[in-house]
Amino acid sequence: MAEIVKRNKALAVSPLKASQTMGAALAFLGIKDTIAMLHGAQGCTAYGKIFLIGHFREPVPLQTTAMDQVSTVMGADTNVIDGLATICGKNAPALIGLPTTGLAETEGSDTAGSVNVFRKKHPEHDGTAIVAVETPDYAGSLEAGFAKAVAAMIDKLVPEAETKGGDPASDRVTVLVNGALSPGDIEEVKEIVEAFGLAPVVLPDLSGSLDGHLADADFSPLTTGGTDIAEFARLHEARATLVIGQSLSHAADLLAQRTGVPEHRFAHLMGLDAVDAFVDALRRVSGRDVPARLSRQRSQLQDAMLDAHFHLGMVKMAVAADPDLLKAYGDLVTGMGAELAVAVAPSNAPVLKSVPSEAVKIGDLEDLEKLSRAAGVDLVIGNAHCAATAERLGVPLHRAGFPQFDRMGAPAKVSVGYRGSRQVLFDLGNLMIEAEPATIAPYRSIYAQDGADDAASSVAEGL
Amino acid sequence: MKQKDIAELLNEPACEHNTKAKSGCTRPTPGGASGGCCFDGAQIALLPVADVAHIVHGSIACAGNAWDNRGSKSSGAKIYKLGLTTDLSEQDVIMGRGEKRLFHSIKQAIDSQAPAAVFVYNTCIPALIGDDIEAICKAATEKWGTPVVPVDAAGFYGTKNLGNRIAGEAMVKYVIGTREPDPVAEHLERPGVTVHDISLIGEYNIAGELWHVTPLFDELGIRVLGSLSGDTRFREVQTMHRSEVNMMVCAKALINVARKLKDQYGTPWFEGSFYGVRDMSQALRDIAALIGDDDLTARTEALIAREEARVHEALKPWRSRLSGKRALLYTGGVKAWSIVSALQDLGMEVVATSTRKSTEDDKAKIRELMGENTRMLDESQGARALIDMVHETNTDVLIAGGRNMYTALKARLPFLHINQEREHPYAGYEGMITFARQLAQTIESPIWEAVRRPAPWNAAVAAAAAE
Repeated sequence: MAEIVKRNKALAVSPLKASQTMGAALAFLGIKDTIAMLHGAQGCTAYGKIFLIGHFREPVPLQTTAMDQVSTVMGADTNVIDGLATICGKNAPALIGLPTTGLAETEGSDTAGSVNVFRKKHPEHDGTAIVAVETPDYAGSLEAGFAKAVAAMIDKLVPEAETKGGDPASDRVTVLVNGALSPGDIEEVKEIVEAFGLAPVVLPDLSGSLDGHLADADFSPLTTGGTDIAEFARLHEARATLVIGQSLSHAADLLAQRTGVPEHRFAHLMGLDAVDAFVDALRRVSGRDVPARLSRQRSQLQDAMLDAHFHLGMVKMAVAADPDLLKAYGDLVTGMGAELAVAVAPSNAPVLKSVPSEAVKIGDLEDLEKLSRAAGVDLVIGNAHCAATAERLGVPLHRAGFPQFDRMGAPAKVSVGYRGSRQVLFDLGNLMIEAEPATIAPYRSIYAQDGADDAASSVAEGL
Repeated sequence: MKQKDIAELLNEPACEHNTKAKSGCTRPTPGGASGGCCFDGAQIALLPVADVAHIVHGSIACAGNAWDNRGSKSSGAKIYKLGLTTDLSEQDVIMGRGEKRLFHSIKQAIDSQAPAAVFVYNTCIPALIGDDIEAICKAATEKWGTPVVPVDAAGFYGTKNLGNRIAGEAMVKYVIGTREPDPVAEHLERPGVTVHDISLIGEYNIAGELWHVTPLFDELGIRVLGSLSGDTRFREVQTMHRSEVNMMVCAKALINVARKLKDQYGTPWFEGSFYGVRDMSQALRDIAALIGDDDLTARTEALIAREEARVHEALKPWRSRLSGKRALLYTGGVKAWSIVSALQDLGMEVVATSTRKSTEDDKAKIRELMGENTRMLDESQGARALIDMVHETNTDVLIAGGRNMYTALKARLPFLHINQEREHPYAGYEGMITFARQLAQTIESPIWEAVRRPAPWNAAVAAAAAE
């Protein structure tokens, strides 16, 4: 069990943490015809927008309650009510996500109360669902905010089922996914579920909204895809619920209470063991044999493990990521015989205790760098900010987590399932091959006859 | 090359095989042969000479399919890394334009790369159509002033081993002895230390492993005049006739060079290895002994004591992890007996070893190390037999060349890559630590359990069937 080493310094240097608010906003972006309005100052949204746009290379529908000096002192309830009315009036979205920021929480906003006032005042906008969630940025991190928003959506939009226990005859399967899964990952998960003849309803489904597709419409102020909001009311009809990521525990508990649908929980879907567990669960849920295609992919992953173990075995890795992703990479690399020498998470979470490392440091990229230097790590896994860290350490970087603004295609990357895990092993292995850690420094003998190229020789005489 | 010359090379008097009744190297069996050809052997032996342009005269297969696939490292010049070939076309063959193309190729290489010399490797097709590469090389040398050396080792002449010898023969005939060594620079003279000259034969600086050894030579005041051919330069090879001792580093290859240098210049030679603690120390002792400088001997002993103590300490954690593990050694070029002793240094047990490229002398050494009842795999086993043997002997790790790597992996067997394409430097005291680490990396990997375990659904089926 990993020891959790808490923050012990005043100043955070090169933060690893991205805010809860943004995580919540991201989760809302996985619902179709949606916009998130961050309750806070304008900058809270502006920065968040740049962060998400940079990562996804997509327009990102975010709004702000634009708290100013007066509203911050005198109360910002009107900002919420007016903001909701403006958005509804302009775009009539299916859902408005309303995550709070540290400013709103400190000010003491009663967001839920404001939503109630809005409802009374504007019955004409009843067609738009509104989900408020308390996500001050002084607690948790992106992943936690994402999970809170998922829980808040379930709380608000999933009714108490009349008959609980789900529908064993249905082919519907609910998949709750955490913030670590990219749109590409979600597509892979859907394909795996569909391979068993099941119909996945992914919540939230970023693969429909932020997967980087070119739509026919030239502009949309709302998300252009994602989970249909009508699905929430039907989650009790599912045959089973699959939960990916321990950060979703609370959301999953809530869904189980409301619907009683049998559930299966997974910490992550990286590496042979994790994917085996997922596939085996689908086999049991569906009552079908594992499709030949998946068995084939399984054996391909095994073969990749054999090839990659020469390059990853005993390699010292440093991983800096939100808790669920840290756990996933930790399991994957230690399963290959690598050592998780340095593990850094931006905030604490129960899953961190099970990370296969002696200790998990709650900290920033300065901590990552210092610990990595002390441990002599060979490879860093982390977000784009870690590029500078890795460069100073003189080791390669494998990009994972948020944000990845310095590369294209982060949302399309697949790192889960047999295929995704295999690709990650190849990528990690290639980084190690390129880094050539085993090479020894060239040594030229002090006695080497490097002398001026005199008498290039009389070899001709020998001919 | 004339049949008479080939026969002479095959009947190498220094080779142990030739003292037995059935003399000469064995011929390959069609349908049952493995390993490279004569050209392959010749090129391998000389390619690491770093400042030479190595031109393969022939159609594309010989160079195109094989260039840039060896792990020899250079501490400076990199011309040897270029793939240079005349890439003969059908018209060249039909019209007999090969010689002309070669002549121009040599010019182009000299103009564009300014190499210290050009080595021209003959291959099957020009040999068949009668290109006179010796004459071309001679004419090119005279015309452009850069030494151009013919290495007439077409693939069909024979085995890889014969190719090694042809290459060695070319060096003795055309290169060694064509220049006197540079005087040792004044600032390198140390009081009381006489600098002695040696040469290495059959050492290829794979993965840069010689760099674990050269610093020790420097410390002892031993100058490596030249080498065949790891991290060496043309002008160094030229001076090899002046060495006081020649060390033969690879069992059979290039034995003719050591013998000829003894015949022509009286240089004593010995067989040694840089693999394993015992053999590394023995090599240093042998060099000192053959040079016969008491002071050098004393300093060598002090260095050995220091290095052995250091490496012993560094190997302790590895030894406790590897001790008792069983290895099956299936290797060609690298001296089997030397690896056996390195494995024993780590407390490991060698259950069997291949001896297909070993001399009688090598085999005697293996018997001495492993006991009379040791399993020796004399012939090429084939993958199936090899895997069966691994299971039969309950082996923990298979140590072999790249050819067998994926065979081993498919059979879910821990594997250590030992041959020329490998990525890790194992020579010298320091290399022993790398060797131990790499053994542990594969043997202790958690993937073996993961790849042998059936899928959970199959396990469930199996369990249900058992009930």
